[in-house]
Amino acid sequence: MGIDFIYPEFEVVRNENRCIACRVCERQCSNEVHSFSAERGIMMSDETKCVNCQRCVSLCPTRALKIVKSNCTLRENANWQNDTIREIYKQAQSGGVLLSSMGNPKPFPVYWDKILINASQVTNPSIDPLREPMETHVTLGKKPDRVRRDEQGNILRELPPQISLSMPVMFSAMSYGSISYNAHASLARAATELGILYNTGEGGLHEDFYKYGANTIVQVASGRFGVHEDYLEAGAAIEIKMGQGAKPGIGGHLPGAKIVGDVSKTRMIPEGSDAISPAPHHDIYSIEDLRQLVYSLKEATEYQKPVIVKVAAVHNIAAIASGIARSGADIIAIDGFRGGTGAAPTRIRDNVGIPIELALAAVDQRLRDEGIRNSVSLVAGGSIRSASDVVKAIALGADACYIATAALLALGCHLCRTCQSGKCNWGIATQQPELVRRLNPETGCERLVNLMTAWRREIMELMGGMGINSIEALRGNRMMLRGVGLNQKELDILGISHAGE
Amino acid sequence: MKRVYVNEQWCLGCHLCEYNCAFANSGMTDMVLALKGKPIYPRIHVEEGEKITYAVSCRHCEDPLCVKSCIAGALFRQDGVIRIDRKKCVGCFTCVLVCPYGALAPNEDGVMQKCELCLENSSGAPACVQGCPNRAIVYEEREESQ
Repeated sequence: MGIDFIYPEFEVVRNENRCIACRVCERQCSNEVHSFSAERGIMMSDETKCVNCQRCVSLCPTRALKIVKSNCTLRENANWQNDTIREIYKQAQSGGVLLSSMGNPKPFPVYWDKILINASQVTNPSIDPLREPMETHVTLGKKPDRVRRDEQGNILRELPPQISLSMPVMFSAMSYGSISYNAHASLARAATELGILYNTGEGGLHEDFYKYGANTIVQVASGRFGVHEDYLEAGAAIEIKMGQGAKPGIGGHLPGAKIVGDVSKTRMIPEGSDAISPAPHHDIYSIEDLRQLVYSLKEATEYQKPVIVKVAAVHNIAAIASGIARSGADIIAIDGFRGGTGAAPTRIRDNVGIPIELALAAVDQRLRDEGIRNSVSLVAGGSIRSASDVVKAIALGADACYIATAALLALGCHLCRTCQSGKCNWGIATQQPELVRRLNPETGCERLVNLMTAWRREIMELMGGMGINSIEALRGNRMMLRGVGLNQKELDILGISHAGE
Repeated sequence: MKRVYVNEQWCLGCHLCEYNCAFANSGMTDMVLALKGKPIYPRIHVEEGEKITYAVSCRHCEDPLCVKSCIAGALFRQDGVIRIDRKKCVGCFTCVLVCPYGALAPNEDGVMQKCELCLENSSGAPACVQGCPNRAIVYEEREESQ
């Protein structure tokens, strides 16, 4: 109350004509918004606690509920917007760094939406993927520069280690700890069923999931949580996380409250202790240092597994990627500034990094110019929202895409962006057993498989329309893209022509 | 025979099954009209412990104690489903006493009612299963018998 009072952001609208007071909303809200008034015989709500996760709306059997944006407003001001003023109030009250979750929601340009895809007409035939073969399979890893033969002239077929994907999409890193056991189980099972890979994130690999190892990327990040020999051996590839799109330049902090039971065991740290990932890897201050870690990991796994180096898209990303390609990495993953997170300082999330579209195009071009594009595969992430984003990313030069926010949406996430509270009503970003059980991995896996199957079909349709029948033929094929409403500089960086050209 | 089973691991204790059951058996087409402002008499009940919740309804036993003990011959077995002829029930509560699952209870008239798998009502298939948000209640064939 008083000077600390901030009017709630949302209002819970309950249609009394429909509400049957079954109290499902009350039982399902971990934020305790809803309550039953025995005296009045009706449901009440305290919207000060509402985060707009839509759990109550989704489960209400009579559709009696909706959540609307509160229209209690401060005087309109284009410079001092309501959210900006509220943040000042919060900080004046708490003295703290503001925290947020999931990806950057600010109205920066989305370049995917300013790029259009080509289609065949008259002079070049399009392909019907229902009637003709269409290849969505990709392999990631270092490719040889030239054909090599033995003394008898036979072609040497040995390749550096590769990973094989049925479609050019993988589930990107989300740690066990930041997301729940059931969310991990859903991702692992779905990746296995789909023939793609998921990524452990920095939290280690729960012993139950070693059986999905052939479809797992194990991550080594600055905190080195859960890293041991068996862990490295378990995966199909190893990823060194240098940075994350949502929070480039800073580390991670999983609060002690989430380091419980198996999370603590899997991370190999005591229960209740904060899991703090340092901002840098303390043993990496140069490309040469990175090379040492890349080769340490290769040595530890007998050169059987490709090593991915994941970086956030930042200024000079092309030069950074060039350095990584020369460090011995097999795959470079670039995470754009819209990538999600379980928690990040708001200012960092909303103001640091660059769009993945520009970063990807710049990196692909630089690696080609330097003649080292074949020595690495490129994976683009950081808000890939649909099959058309995937197609555009591949045409800009990616070998595959990483998705995570889209995967979480399939698991029930409603993007309320309060993962940091640990009270996820959908059983995803929480470690509370009664909330974790809300995500049945059977449903989760099925929905992920559905989503990816749908995307794969759409990718085939889009490729067919262009008269292209394999991802290989689409990769880096920027002639298939045109920009709309972009200036010449943007078009130059993206390496595409304007629509009409 | 297909039966209703509950995987307690996934039961959230949301009680939606009770409301879906009461609605399916109300004979009405509008859930609000059927359930608003009234006590409900579902044929499935969510049992709640400190850390566990579990929906219980008739197991449709192979060897049903309720049928054996019914003094009025109201309870009977038809194609494996334990059914009740509510016109015959005299309200003696013997079935309530003998059922190890607590699956029988009187409705608002004091006449016994029980889960009949929604085979004859408007739902046509178990409403608790269809409405369960977490697939905790399933309707399937399992090898083991009661």
